Amino acid sequence: MRESGDDSGVAAVETVELARRFGRRWALRGVSLRVDPGSAVALVGPNGSGKTTLLRLLTTALRPSRGSARVFGCDVLRSPAAVRAQVGMLAHAPGLYEDLTAGENLRFALRMWGMDAAPARITAALAAVNLEHEEQERVRGFSSGMRRRLALARLLLRPPRLLLLDEPYASFDAAGMRQVHRLVRDIAADGGAVLLATHDRERAAEVVDRFVELQAGRVLNGASATAPAAGLGSRSAGWGG
Amino acid sequence: MGLPREAGRVAAVAWKDLTAERRTKANFNAVVFLAALILFLFGFALGPDAEALRAAAAGALWLTVLFSGVLAFNHSYQVELESGALEALLLYPGDHRSIFLGKLIANLVFVLLVEAIVLPLAAVLYHLPLLRPFPGLAGVLLLGTVGFVTLGTFYAAIASRVRAREVLLPLLLFPMLVPVLLAAVEATGALLAGDPMKESGGWIRLLLIFDVIFFVASFFAFEYVIEE
Repeated sequence: MRESGDDSGVAAVETVELARRFGRRWALRGVSLRVDPGSAVALVGPNGSGKTTLLRLLTTALRPSRGSARVFGCDVLRSPAAVRAQVGMLAHAPGLYEDLTAGENLRFALRMWGMDAAPARITAALAAVNLEHEEQERVRGFSSGMRRRLALARLLLRPPRLLLLDEPYASFDAAGMRQVHRLVRDIAADGGAVLLATHDRERAAEVVDRFVELQAGRVLNGASATAPAAGLGSRSAGWGG
Repeated sequence: MGLPREAGRVAAVAWKDLTAERRTKANFNAVVFLAALILFLFGFALGPDAEALRAAAAGALWLTVLFSGVLAFNHSYQVELESGALEALLLYPGDHRSIFLGKLIANLVFVLLVEAIVLPLAAVLYHLPLLRPFPGLAGVLLLGTVGFVTLGTFYAAIASRVRAREVLLPLLLFPMLVPVLLAAVEATGALLAGDPMKESGGWIRLLLIFDVIFFVASFFAFEYVIEE
């Protein structure tokens, strides 16, 4: 799957002059960024600064207009399937099927990943987000918070190597946010990486190693301008569950 | 990615679409109702003459299937656009063409079920002898539907990315369907008339060729049209 053949020294995310245009508007104007395995990075910046576009390029949902991006050594253009196999995203829209039940949504996800869709596995994931009593309920009747929790349960079924979070603090209650943070810490502790796009620096500072500020599709003060996250202590103790 | 794993994804997409449709039935009911309405309207337009109705039946039947089927294709991607499901669907590992095949199977089942209701209705309204030509007629319906659904599933993926998708889909789809429509109508007409000139075979072969061409082209181009 990986093009380089060796994991040592391979960045979790490496973009070089990555740019994307929508019609005549450049949403991203040449972003060079490196995220190492075992780290969590917050993308911050005003609306329209290119945070979501950057995440979507890394999922292969968008093709770059210019530049390159690699995820654990796999190029998003040359090996999109290999990239997708390593990426998971909690987007602003939960990406669920309204007329399927909560359990069926998770069953579908497991089948698409080629995993065993055992009922116990589905029940456990739903229990982890306090939705075990809604397994047979259609998503159409869920609140936005319940939908987000169900989307989180889908991620818990198969924690990705690179986790992309788009505004993860919207619609989550305190318990949901704790679960998101636990997932971030687990993935980083396992040698994965997390990119988190948010406006909420204060909350993000609890889990990220550094901030990358985007403005008008550019990293605000160059690739070296990634500031350490304030208040981030040692991540060795107490993380991972 | 292995073939069994991709086959699993194809089955998962088809299962998901059919389960959602079975649960609501809103789209199926609407499509069947529209199909019945179109058949009635054609019948009224052609008048009470049984001979004229029989002569026009093949064309009326296929146009009914085409017009009503377009609703199904639009709906097939509409459910993906709700709550950003398409983005999540495209993020699953593996080949995006599995999504195409899954949706193709689901749409095929859907349209064939609509035809199973429309055909007897057409037989009553247009005074058609269904029993005698049924095996051949079923084959022509299947081949014509495969071509129609293949193109419909493909073009609906293109139209799903734009705002005026309900208008755009027929504009893109119908011109491309002319060869399938022509072959299907001619083969159906010949079979309903008892096939005295043995001309249905040629049209069926043509239909088969169109099906293969459309399937191969759509299958390989899908990856490029489904991405934003």
